[in-house]
Formats: sequence, C-alpha cells, structure tokens
Amino acid sequence: MARIVVEGLGKRYGAVSAVRDLSFTVAAHETLDLLGGNGAGKTTTIAMLLGLLVPSAGRIEILGHDMARDRFAALARMNFSSPYVALPGRLTVAENLRVYGHLYNVPRLSARIAELAAALDLGAFLDRPAGQLSAGQKTRVALAKALINRPDVLLLDEPTASLDPDTGDMVRGWLEAYRAESGCTLLLASHNMAEVERLCDRVLMLKAGEVVDRGTPRDLLAKYGRETLEEVFLRIHREGALPA
Amino acid sequence: MRAPRLRRIWGVVYRHACLYRKSWPRLLELGYWPTLEMLIWGLTARFLYLRGGTGWQLAGALLGGVLLWEVALRAQMGMAMSFLEEIWSRNLAHVFISPLRPAEAVLGLMAVSALRLIAGLTPATALAYGLYHFDIFAFGPVLVLFFANLVVMGWAVSFGVMGLILRHGAGAESLAWGVLAGLTPLCAVYYPAGVIPMPWRAISWALPATHVFEGMRAALAGHFAGGELALAAALNLLWLSALALVFLREFRLARVRGALLTIGE
Repeated sequence: MARIVVEGLGKRYGAVSAVRDLSFTVAAHETLDLLGGNGAGKTTTIAMLLGLLVPSAGRIEILGHDMARDRFAALARMNFSSPYVALPGRLTVAENLRVYGHLYNVPRLSARIAELAAALDLGAFLDRPAGQLSAGQKTRVALAKALINRPDVLLLDEPTASLDPDTGDMVRGWLEAYRAESGCTLLLASHNMAEVERLCDRVLMLKAGEVVDRGTPRDLLAKYGRETLEEVFLRIHREGALPA
Repeated sequence: MRAPRLRRIWGVVYRHACLYRKSWPRLLELGYWPTLEMLIWGLTARFLYLRGGTGWQLAGALLGGVLLWEVALRAQMGMAMSFLEEIWSRNLAHVFISPLRPAEAVLGLMAVSALRLIAGLTPATALAYGLYHFDIFAFGPVLVLFFANLVVMGWAVSFGVMGLILRHGAGAESLAWGVLAGLTPLCAVYYPAGVIPMPWRAISWALPATHVFEGMRAALAGHFAGGELALAAALNLLWLSALALVFLREFRLARVRGALLTIGE
C-alpha cells in the first residue's frame, strides 16, 4: 500500500503556476527523488506534502490520512530536514532535540537523543548552541531532529548539502540503514546525482512545475542513452524530455 | 486534556524557558521596564503626596495603575515576542510541520507569557512595597479580577498582532511592543475615563482596561465596582474571540501564500 498518494496536485500564485497536475505514489521501503532545476516546483511540492502550503488543486494522502482534513495524524509519523530551515540557534543541540522530542511525544526521549548522538556523531557538540555549529554539523543536527520520532515518512531537502564527502557518505549510509531497519518511506529533493543513484528507487523529473519524465535511475539512463543521471538531467533541462 | 497534547504545550514552554535559563540579560530585560516605570511613577506620586495637594488615594491610583497596566503590556508582549522569536530563529516551518496544533501553540505561548509576566512584575511589586509602602495585594480578592481581565486583554491584542505579523511579515514586528502601549491614553490608566475628550471616550469605553481601571479607582475609594468588571469581562470575551478569529484566518491565509516558509526572510 502506498504511503504517499498525490493526485492532480497544483499550486498557483496568482497567474503563476508553481506546480501543475502532479501525481505520484511512494510505497513503504521506497525512496523517490524530486529532481529538477531551480523553480521546478520541488520545494513547493514538499511544502504541500508537509501541510505548510495549501494546494490550489488536487489531493494528498499520507499514511492513509487526507492532508486537507487530518494532517496532524500524519504529521506525528512524518518528519522533515533541510539545511535551509534553521533550528533555534541559541538553544543547544540537546535542547533542540528535547523540544522536538516533546512536540512529537517521543517516548524515552533521553535514550533516543543518546542513540541519535551516537549514530550521527553529535556527542562532541550536544551542549553547544546550534547557532555556533559549522554548516556540516548543523546538517547532522537537522537530520537528528528529523529522525527524533522514528518517522514512517521522511522528507529531505538536500540532506547532504554542505557536508564533506566522508560525512555525506556516512549520512547516506545511515539513511540506508534506517530505511532498511524501519521500512521508512523517503522523499528527497536532491541535486547530488551520486546520492540519487545510490539512495533512490525512482526519480521524478520536474521542469517548470510539471513532471516531464519519471522512472528508475537505471531506466532513465537507458532511455536517454547516458552514463550518469547528471547527463540525463542536463539533457532534459536543455533539450526537453523524450516522449514516454 | 490528553497527555500528548500537554506534552506538546510543554515543548513550547520548554523551548522558551531554555532561552532564559542561561541568559541573565534576557532575565534582566523582563523586569527592567516595569521596575523603571515603578521608580518614575512612584517618585512622581510621592512628590504629589508630599506637596500636600493630593491624598494617598491619588498616589495609590498612580501606583496601582502603573503595576496593573504593566500586567496587560507584559502579557501582550510576552506572547507576541515569543511568537516573533520563532520567526527570528527561522524555526516556524519546523514548528508547524510537527503535530503541534495552532491552538496548542497558542496555549504554550500563553503559558510563556504568564511566566514572563510573573518574572517581570515581581521586582516592580516588591519595589512598590519596599519604597512606597504600596501593597497591591491590599486590593484583596478583587485583584484577581483586575489581573485576569488585563491578562486576557493583553492576549487578545497579541492575537491581532500575530495575525498582522503573519500577513505583513517580520517587518510588522514593531507592532509587538507598540500596539497596546499606543492605547495607553485611551485606557484611563492614570485618570478617570471622564477626562478623555468625548469623541475618544467612546473608544475608551470599548476597551476592557478602561473598566478595570475604573474598578480599581472605585476599590481604592472602598467600593466594589462589579458592573465595571463584568463589562470588562464581556468586552474581553468579545475582543478575544474576534482577534483569535483574525489570527486563525491569517494563519490559514499564510498557509495559502506559503508565508510560513518565507516569513523570516
């Protein structure tokens, strides 16, 4: 059964269509990437999935809950991480995780924070204000916050942006392990093509708010006759998508 | 109330308590203005009393006015500033993608506002007693009615301010400390409402605080102005409902415009 069901989703700002007629599903254990250039509608789509933005058209169902009517039941089992949305900088890392642990009603919170600190290597700066961390450390803290409630659906916007290759690789490995262990559904908006190829089962290619192509990374490489997803992305971005 | 709901509300309170736990300048700032106001007005009242032209009743009205008006101001600012804190830290999106309902967020902010109020007014209350022998608790049980009405008025104004911030962004943040302070002349804090010129007096009577301060002056004269306090409560109910609806409408519109994502930028 699909954990994310999106049907005919659209968002208009006056005369501008940010997202048009978007439909897709994502199952348990599955990872989907929204891939597209700037202004393709990735962030708008994620904001609608999270209930931060009300769609102009269409319907979203997550974990069996209609997001227009019953979003809080779904939000308790979801989470989100983005290096572009900050956590309170004056609170320490531990305090931030504690705040979100309360908001998500996480049982045995101290143990959960210790577990995440060990897994994401946060121990050295748990008691430092979040605003004083390096970009890479902030990304790891944001990820810890996103995992605090052991989400069944995890939405990630550029999850490894500003991480060095070693830490980025560690985070990707951790996400793979979490997905394998929990059966979590992952939805990514990532431009890191190596990351997309490694983590994602399917890719949705977006351009100007519309899906222009979709498939597994392997199918897309074969269809466009390219060696890497980056080449496929550039082909679609510059010359348009091939017919289905 | 179910335990998860209480825990989410506690999460909001804990988030703001963390800010004050380790920051003495923040703690100091809470009590700074009420204490300064009390010093200035206390000395003014003392001067008027020593000149002999006025009785203790006027001095008491001034000191009571200072302390009680700070209740409304601090309640309003405590709630609106805590909301702004989320915007300044660009954390609003994280808060509203959690299972925290808007009503729970508001209850959490009200609790933070109440705590800030107690922390902010305790030094000024002690100062009024220590320096000027003015005991606010001498009003007796009616003080609870003054206090509750002014806190609710402060929260009602906060709803309007937060609604305006959601609509106009952080650029409207000065409203958080300006709106209620701007109503001071109309709220008959230091003088009877009858002193206010007629076209403005009609607005003054529509404000709950005016009736609270009329009630306070009646209490200083030894009367219980039950009618004034009932009117204050009724007006509070009206204003609180109307401005809470404004806030909820602006919150819904912010979700339509995508403002929850961009409001801190």
